[in-house]
Parts: sequence; structure tokens; C-alpha cells
Amino acid sequence: MIAKPAQSLTLFLLLAPALLWLGLLIVLPHVEILILSFSERVAPRVYAFGFGNYLEFFTEPLYWRTFARTAFMSILVTALTLVLAFPIALYIARVAQGRLKAMLLLLCLLPFWVSELVRTLGWMILLRETGVISYALRAVGLASQPVELLYNDGAVILGLVYGGLLFMIVPLANALESLEPAVVEAGYDLGGSRWTVLRRIVIPHAMPGIVAGCIIVFMLTVGNFATPVLLGGKNGLWFTEQIYAQFITRFNWPQGAAFGMLLLLLSSAIVWLGLRLTGQSLGTTLKQA
Amino acid sequence: MLTKRASLKLATALAALMVVGSAEAAEKLRLLTWSGYAPPDVVAEFTKETGIEVEVTTSNNEEMISKLRATQGAGFDLAQPSQDRIAGPQAEFGIYKPLDLSKLKSDQFIASMLEATKKNTTTDGKVYGVPHIWGTDGLVVNTKAAPNVADYNDLCGPAVAGKASFRAKRPALIAFAFANGMDPFAAYGDAKAYAALMDKVGAKLAECKKNVKFFWEGSDQLLNAVRSGEIVAAMAWDTGGWKLNAENPDMKFIAPKSGALGWVDTFAIPAKGRNDDAAYKWINFNMRPEIAAKVAAAAGNFTASNGADKLMQGKLKDQFAESFPKAAIDNIKWYPAVPAGLEEIEGKVLDRLKAGS
Amino acid sequence: MAASSHTATDLDIVNVTKRFGSHAAVDDVTFSVAPGEFFSILGPSGCGKTTLMRMIAGFEHPTSGDIRIRSKSMIGVPANRRPVNMVFQSLALFPMMSVGENVAYGLTCRGVSRAEAEERAGRMLERVGLKGFGERRVTALSGGQRQRVAIARCLVLEPTLVLLDEPLGALDLKLREHMKIELKQLQGTFNTTFAYITHDQSEALVMSDRIAVMNQGRFEQVGSPRELYHSPATPFVASFVGETNRWQGQAASASNGAVAVRLSSGAVVQGQGSGAAQALAFVRPEAVALAQDQSSLANLPNRFEGRVSAVLFDGAASSLLIDTAGFAEPVRAVLPQAGPLAGIEVGAPIHVGWTADAMKVFAA
Repeated sequence: MIAKPAQSLTLFLLLAPALLWLGLLIVLPHVEILILSFSERVAPRVYAFGFGNYLEFFTEPLYWRTFARTAFMSILVTALTLVLAFPIALYIARVAQGRLKAMLLLLCLLPFWVSELVRTLGWMILLRETGVISYALRAVGLASQPVELLYNDGAVILGLVYGGLLFMIVPLANALESLEPAVVEAGYDLGGSRWTVLRRIVIPHAMPGIVAGCIIVFMLTVGNFATPVLLGGKNGLWFTEQIYAQFITRFNWPQGAAFGMLLLLLSSAIVWLGLRLTGQSLGTTLKQA
Repeated sequence: MLTKRASLKLATALAALMVVGSAEAAEKLRLLTWSGYAPPDVVAEFTKETGIEVEVTTSNNEEMISKLRATQGAGFDLAQPSQDRIAGPQAEFGIYKPLDLSKLKSDQFIASMLEATKKNTTTDGKVYGVPHIWGTDGLVVNTKAAPNVADYNDLCGPAVAGKASFRAKRPALIAFAFANGMDPFAAYGDAKAYAALMDKVGAKLAECKKNVKFFWEGSDQLLNAVRSGEIVAAMAWDTGGWKLNAENPDMKFIAPKSGALGWVDTFAIPAKGRNDDAAYKWINFNMRPEIAAKVAAAAGNFTASNGADKLMQGKLKDQFAESFPKAAIDNIKWYPAVPAGLEEIEGKVLDRLKAGS
Repeated sequence: MAASSHTATDLDIVNVTKRFGSHAAVDDVTFSVAPGEFFSILGPSGCGKTTLMRMIAGFEHPTSGDIRIRSKSMIGVPANRRPVNMVFQSLALFPMMSVGENVAYGLTCRGVSRAEAEERAGRMLERVGLKGFGERRVTALSGGQRQRVAIARCLVLEPTLVLLDEPLGALDLKLREHMKIELKQLQGTFNTTFAYITHDQSEALVMSDRIAVMNQGRFEQVGSPRELYHSPATPFVASFVGETNRWQGQAASASNGAVAVRLSSGAVVQGQGSGAAQALAFVRPEAVALAQDQSSLANLPNRFEGRVSAVLFDGAASSLLIDTAGFAEPVRAVLPQAGPLAGIEVGAPIHVGWTADAMKVFAA
């Protein structure tokens, strides 16, 4: 393939910002992390190439259990987010019109105008033993003593579902909006019940949106840090905390890098598995998102 | 892709740009420290006297080491890690440069503390740290709600079930080791023995976990929980306890029976610090008794400055006297330097503690 | 209630009214459709025919009145429980399913086993000429094939009544002409009752056994295509069904059904109908006789002289516009394709005439 020099230069200049962005912000750090993850400490300031950091993950039950737990919770969060977001998206896409629709989308977006930290702190204020919900429960007589709703897995799931909701609603509403009303009516007309229409027409139509939303929410959840740290209990170690601990408190960068790569690989593998199980391809999903 | 040479050129150009950019500004000291250690009035006074601007970044031990490690000791001109966390990281990562003691006015320091710190921070015959602020880890207790808490092990007792807290960090491991009749400092030199000891401590803490409401991360988080009554006893810094005591006399800082843990935060110069002169000026300025007294008051802790205690306000002195009878002072366990590799052992114990259910 | 009377019907619409706010989209409509009948509702867009059809299907609910299918009231019966199936304007095939699944969908909804449903769907596809198309995606079909899938999907359920909502609207002209015939044949072979709504009078005229002309929520006239065409009951029907000349004037005299109308433009015409002070007179283009000399039109009560102003050639549907003294608008007549007038050009003088029977007069 030979192009004229002037042409190829123009092409290069046009592509340069994108390539630079890709190269500097995505590829380069990952390459660095990858290289780092293969170095093992031999003695102070002496490192050698090796797979020990990866081996450590599989041989030390603590680490892979933490990952398994994180992955399982993330799948649970994704599923809950989907179940919660679906009716909302359905309402936004099919019922709400004009201003109401814009309002509802804005309402979903509103919490994202403040940082994740502030949102999480907001949940802490609500859920803590001396917090609003505990007080309200006592006030209406549903509880006789202060209720601690914070520092457990339920609080973490709540916080993560809340944070993921928007990222599920938008692709879902997008997918549902393109469903022709007559197709739904035809589903009823030919004798389908509500459930049949939902199962055989609405959900299959929304599938690319469902998959896109699930991938986004799962990836965001697995990689979340602040929410599990702040809302989580004394038992709820998230895998990202493990990475943070390796980098920051243990000064063991190679191990942290290996964990980072493993998080990327294993969560990608879970996404791939999910796509295979639902018979979706990444291509159609990306078109939807 | 960029070739290696091209990227080198690019990097050089960028670096040159940054150097030019900073050279135009006034002389500057980039300080990596703890919150409260560089109060604005002290910084203003220093700038007025020397013309040097101070850029303050607040942090903690682990982050200080990580930050300096990431840049191999660049980005800051002066850091303030604890004295026990200098020798190990220095051996491992080489992030500090030796101090030129001739540039320091050693008579401004409490002599015994200066000597102890110098000894602890010496690697390959060179000194890397001098003392600045010191304090202790002990128990912060709501004496009305939990009158019988006197030692770390009492955090695991039924009287404070669900209302106790400590940090899931190394001080907790050390404290519970002492409280259960072990001497972790004696095992510092023997990694195997230390690992065995830590496993025992880990088991003890795992058992204690049912009592813990949460592992506290930031001191504000803990203080708020104690104020609201959600926590009645916690392992924490003395300064936090005295802060609460000033608001409510029922809240007290108690030196535990098995000994409070004594720490000393130091001055250390990062390996690639660019303004050593300013760093020495800041150290000498800060160790003047009148300045040291101001800083100590702001931090709520004590200073290694010789003579500053006479200038300290009465309140903190009284609180210290109440928390530390003579015997308790003698019983303070001062951290020796942490040899490289121990953090690895401790880290796993802590990870298991946080992960296990 | 048993349907024992010998005039059994498949569909009865009884005084049905549907209001949206104060606007009556369907206003007190009553009619019946006999088994096996091809019944069309013809009207301009916005006349309420879609609302009426959606009420029969069960997607809208009448404000008052009753809808009965085989004498059983459908009020309160949801869409998925009615023995009625609909072919949508957009066809609304299920894009997420194959052709076979589309046809089998309704059967599986009824609890027919998957294997049996597939088999019956296959047979139905064969009957509509789509043998072997079962595995294809619906998006891979041509317009006509999609049409047939949409109808097969309904017919496989053996409904009492099939509703068709302008299903030919999206097709191109040639295919539409073809599908008109095909639809009529399909309805004949399956002997299923069809209710068809359209705004295209040609579709309605070609396929229907009976047509209801609807305007502003009401039925103007119900009858066979011939009745509507030749004996329109209202001026709306006269002008909406088929091509026609339409003039306005005042009824001069009336006796025994014969009416003389003085047009506002001057001419006086003789017609049949009911005269009132304000009258509308209609005459079909094909009823207008043309001649080169006046003598051959001597026996017609309406005779005028004019000049060809335009030749609108459209094969069999070609027509002439003739500027005629005393008429505000030119008279439209069918262009003779044979005989002495076949080659007539613009500007040529010509005589026009029609019988009084061919001219319908209505009170305006």
C-alpha cells in the first residue's frame, strides 16, 4: 500500500491526536504495568523477571477469594441494577413524553453532578446508626434501638447499585426507544400475555442495550474503590483495596501491578463469558451503546 | 509509534519547559507533611523572614513513601515520615539523601530524642532523619459508657461489643502483640519468628473483630463516631483523645496498661530534592522554641524542640499529665526502625483480617 | 346468548362512541359484518377509522356502545383474549424472530406445543406461498413477502375476524396493485371475515364486498362498491368515492326527483335528487358524452359547447378538461381512446352532454 507522501502526512496529522491519546493514556501505562508485574524482588533494589506475582494470586487463597467475592458481588450488583433500571428505562422510553422525559433523565443524571465521594458520604449520613433512616425507624416505632445499616455488604450493594443505575438506564432507554409501539401491540394482539410480550419481544429487542449496560455497570463496579471502602464492613474487602494496599501500604508495586492486570483480564473474561452465554456479540452491543 | 530517541527528546523538552516554568517563580520549598504540621501563620512568618514560599502537601507515612518511591525521591524538597519508617524504605528504594548535620542547630533539639532518632534512621553510617513532633497511640475512651477499658484487650470485651474500633494498620498489630504478652520489637530481626508472632496476633484480632463496628480510616471519621456515641472505645492517637476531652471531659485518652506506642515524626530530605538550603532553613526555623510551640499546639502533639514545652499552653499539659502518670511515660514503647520486608508479613495478616468473614 | 338467528354475524358494532376530551373521534357508529365478508371502512385520514379499528382489536375502549363478536360482547375483554387479529399498517413483524417463529408466535401463546406450532406455521407458510422461508430473518424478505407473513401470522390462529389497517400503504404502486388481488384471493380461500380500513378508494372498491364510508366519526353510507359509486347517498360519498365533476348552485325547480340547478356561474343543469336552495351537482367523467357536432347529443337534457383546455393522458384512466361556457371549472370527461375523437388536441372545439339520471343533486 503506497500512498502519496503528502496524503499520508495529512492522514498522520489527522490521526495524531487520537493516536497520541490512545498511546499515552491507555497503551503506555498498561505496558508499564505489564512489565512491572513480571518483576520479582530478589534483594533490596534488585529485581528479576518472573511469574511469581501471578503465582502468588493463585496460591494464596486470600487473594483469589477476595477476587471471587468481588466478582460475585459485582455480578449481583449488575443484576440488581438491571432489574431496577428496566422498569425505569421502560417508563422513560415508552410512557414519558417531552418535558417529563427530559426531566426524568435529568433526575437520573443529577447525582452525578457531585463526586462519587460526596454521594457515598450522603449514603453514610442516611445509613449510620445515628443517621436519618435509623432515626426515622425509631420515630415511627419500627425499631426500639438505633439500627446500624452501614458497614455491611448490603450497604455496599446499595451504594454500588445507586452509582450504576444511570449507566444502565441510558443504554436501556436507548434500546427500548427504538422498539416500534405496533410491534408490542402485535404481541398482545396475537394472544401474548404481558409476560410473554416482555419475554419474547421487549427483552430480545432491548438485548443489545441490556448487554451494553451490564458490561458498563459490571466494569465500573468491579473497579470501584471508594464505595466499598466507605460503606463496606470490616469483612468486605474489595479487590481494588487489595491493589491499593499492595501499591501504597506494602510498597509492593510488582504485586499490585500483577493484581491490576489480573483484574483487567479476569473481569474481561467474565464479560466475554457473559456475552457467550447470552449469545450476544460485542459488535452489536457497541453499536447500541 | 514514537521511536525511543524521539520520545527522549520529547521528554527532555517537557522537562526543560517545567524547569523554566519553575525558575521564573520565587524560591520555593515543597513540603510533604502531616496535616497540622505546617500551620498557615507559621508558613507566613517563614516566608516573611526568608522570602521562600512553602508549598504544603499533607499525607501519611504510607503515602509519603509511595509518592517518593514513584518519583525515586523527586517532587518534594522535605518530607516528614515517622522515624521507624525511614531506614527500611531507604534501604529498599533509596528515596532520601543523607542529612548534613552541620547545617542543623542541634542544640535546638531535645538531646536524647535527637540521638535516638539519629540512631534509628541511620543506614550505611549516614543519618537520614531528625525528630520534629512526637506522640503516642493509646486508647480513646468514653469513660461514662465504657468505664472499664484500660488496655487494648478490653476493646475485645463484651462491655464494648459492637462499639469498638481500631485502624487495620500496623500499630494495631504491635499494640495487640504487647497486650498479649509478646514483644514484636524483639522479633524485628527474625522474619520467621516475626511472622509466627504476627499470625498469633492476627488470630487474636480476628476473634476481636466481632466487637469492631468498623476499622477507622481517617481521624475525623473516628472522632465523629465517638462524639455520636456509635463508638465508645478505640485505639487511636493521643491528640484525637485530647481534642474530644476538650469538648467533653468524659472522653479521655488513656495510656494502656501494656504501654502506649510512641512515635516520632521526623524531617528527611528526599533523594532528588532541589532546594536543600530551604529545607535546612525550614528545619532550623521550626525548631525554634516559640515556633515549635505554635506548631505543637496546632497539631495537638508534642515537639522535639528543646525548651518549647515551657511555652506550651496549659490545657495540653494538663491533659498529658492526666493521661500519662510517671509509670505510663516510662512504659511508652518507642517504635524501632522497621526492617525491610516486615510490612509484607504484616500486610498479609491485615488483609486476612479485613477479608475473612 | 346463543347466536340462533339465521342472520348470524361475525361482528356487530352497536352505537359505539369514542370521545377524546370533548372531541368525538367515533360518533355513534352502528354496523354489522357477515361471516366471510370483506368489509372495508373508507375515509380520509383523521375520520376515526383507525380509532374504530383499535377499539375492535381491544387497544382502545369505547366511551359508550357495544362491540360484539359472534354475538359475544367484547367490552372488558383484553386484546390478547379477543378472537380478532390485526395486520398493522407497518406490519409490525417481530424482527427478533425468524419467519417461522413469527407465524408460530400466536400458537405458542395459546399453549400449543412448540413442535406442533412449528408444523402448523410451516403449513400456513406453504399456503401463502412462502414454503421453505421459515428459517429466514424477516428483514431478509421483500415487501410482498413480509405482507404475506403478516397475514399468515393472523390466519394461522383461525380468528373470527382479521383486521387490516392500511397494510398496503407502504408498498410501491405495482406491488400494491398485485397485492390487492392477492389479498382478495387469500380471503376467498380462507373464507375468513376481513375488516379492512383504508383511505384509498380504489383499494376499497376492488376488494370489498361492502364498504362503509366514514367521515368525521360517522358513517356516511354503507353499501356495495357499485351502490356507493353509482348511488352515493351524500355529497361526501359522491366526491370521495371515484372521480367526479362537482358544481355548486341553486335548485331552480324540483318535481318527482328531477331537479334543475342554476349554477352560480350561469349554466342551468338537469339532474336527479333532492333540491334545496343551495345545491351540489355531481356527474362522473365517464357519464359525460362527447361529440364533434351538437346533433348527436340532441336527446340529452344537458348539452353544452366548449373547448379542450387540457389532455390528461394516463392510459385507460386518461381524461379531458373542457372549458365550457357557464361553468366556473372545466368539465372533466373520459378521453376516448378510439373513434373520431381519439386524437383530439388542446384548443379543439367540442360538444359535451349527459343525462339527467347521471347527475346527482344534493342539498349543500
